[in-house]
Amino acid sequence: MTRRDFCMVLALAFAASGTARGQDAGPADSAVWKKVHASVFAGAAIEAGDRVVALETPKRAEDAAIVPLAIRAQFPQTRDRYIEKIWLIIDNNPSPIAAVFQFTLESGRADIETRVRIEEYTYVRAVALTNDGKLYMAANYVKAAGGCSAPAGKDALAAKANLGKMRLRVGETLASGQPALAQLMVSHPNDSGLAMDQVTRSYATPHFVRRVEVRYDGRLVMNADVDFSISENPNFRFYFVPNGAGELNARVIDNQDLEFTAQTKLEGARLGAASTLR
Amino acid sequence: MAGRRRRLSAGWRLPSGGGCALLLCCAAVAWSGATVAGAAELPGFSVENPAPGVYVHYGSQAEMTPANVGDVANLGFVVGTRCVAVIDTGGTYAVGRALRQAIRRVATVPVCYVINTHVHPDHIFGNAAFADDHPEFIGHARLADAMRSRGPNYLNALRRDLGDAAQSSAIVLPTRAVAAIEELDLGGRVLTLRAWPAAHTDTDLTIFDSASRTLWLGDLVFVGHVPVLDGNLRGYLAALDQVRAMRGDLAIPGHGRALAWPDAVVPEQRYLSRLLADVRAAIKAGHTLTETLAIVGPGPDPWLLTDQFHRRNVTAAYAELEWDE
Repeated sequence: MTRRDFCMVLALAFAASGTARGQDAGPADSAVWKKVHASVFAGAAIEAGDRVVALETPKRAEDAAIVPLAIRAQFPQTRDRYIEKIWLIIDNNPSPIAAVFQFTLESGRADIETRVRIEEYTYVRAVALTNDGKLYMAANYVKAAGGCSAPAGKDALAAKANLGKMRLRVGETLASGQPALAQLMVSHPNDSGLAMDQVTRSYATPHFVRRVEVRYDGRLVMNADVDFSISENPNFRFYFVPNGAGELNARVIDNQDLEFTAQTKLEGARLGAASTLR
Repeated sequence: MAGRRRRLSAGWRLPSGGGCALLLCCAAVAWSGATVAGAAELPGFSVENPAPGVYVHYGSQAEMTPANVGDVANLGFVVGTRCVAVIDTGGTYAVGRALRQAIRRVATVPVCYVINTHVHPDHIFGNAAFADDHPEFIGHARLADAMRSRGPNYLNALRRDLGDAAQSSAIVLPTRAVAAIEELDLGGRVLTLRAWPAAHTDTDLTIFDSASRTLWLGDLVFVGHVPVLDGNLRGYLAALDQVRAMRGDLAIPGHGRALAWPDAVVPEQRYLSRLLADVRAAIKAGHTLTETLAIVGPGPDPWLLTDQFHRRNVTAAYAELEWDE
């Protein structure tokens, strides 16, 4: 994303923030959403998500820097019906499109859990595209954190020291052919670079993860195009379908074209790695 | 009106020698239409004088609201024969101005230092009220960066939550950074400033006044107000072990009153140790962050403001500790 794009989305977010505080306006009325609906979805009809996608968020962002959320598909991925893509949108963040997740049949379930930054009172949305080309949306209103909470990182030195460390974990007992939960943790400041240095009048260098790709035995399980609305140390829980022994691979690319990888081998009967996931 | 604004901005000029005591752009927008006279008044603002030359204002134990004008943190100043050092300035310009008026009532020497104990808004937004004194603004070596990255958010939230009471509040960056230990001579007394590794925040600074043996501990120490974790939990506990060993005749926490030192820090150590143990156990048991938020309570001590801060502490602890295994 270029600096000019930043400025445009910033202007959008600020334009909307005046009305964002009161929840009187429904999710369809947000100015940012109207723009996103027109530009990303070409104004296409979007149905209520109820039977397709559910969005779990807290009502209030306890910590503006780390707001846990879950997107849950309401049916498993089958050849007849599956979710291809889910957009995660946070209307009043500087960059409203927080993530675009891509799923396949090998995902098993098009579920994702992650953590995001929430800057202001805002609608958070999950828009799902199903294989028949239809769009469905779930939207929640999230109140901002208290005034002493900021979406910035907590420990700047630690973030620098641990850059690129990764964890990729799966459950201890996995059943072949059944969707299994996996978790990817990436140590990364995921910094927007939006803070201006008042001495030089220049911006800090943005440094954030822009792509996460997970494959099982070479086949795509989950791809995410993300940006700095995802919290520091990006964290994703998702599903894949193991099939006997195999290898789960994660590849992470950031906006400075640094690339980080992690692997987990699934061996025969006891599929899995050191840690348990529930 | 135009003349009034011109006069205002002239009065607001900050020391240019250091070249870095500047206001963030959003701040400039915030006060371009404001007048200093329009800032909220704090009629009941009082300072205590527990030792010669030592003045403390105890803020209320609350979140910042329009009613309390952001006066929720402990602040104060130390008067030497040469000059005055201010320690934290309050959550709004109005609080900083009230503190400055309190200084003028008891001191004839100028304000030469304004020290911020960390980056949180309830401790820094009164800085702008001291601009006319042209002091050195002093903070932890990482304070300037933290103010730059958090400042715009803090200012937006202040305007959102306090409305008119936020008037004229602005981010004022430090002109002098403390990386380890530094001394400030006020004339007849020396302040020793100590910068800490990440604990409550990654910008914590404590101050010791040699003449009165007073410890100014900022938000490393909470009494009454539930502790707030916004830095590093293990660093916080390690810092408290050292803080507890610091000897002084008077200790001033960032929030609440330390009636007995060092015993006043015990409940905080208990809360944070328990937070560490409970969150670690939840992670070991495979619970997600959301599940852990539902499981880990604030414990048996009667803390204030747990509804506002405890879940946030669990969140921060979880994000830190999940990398341990």
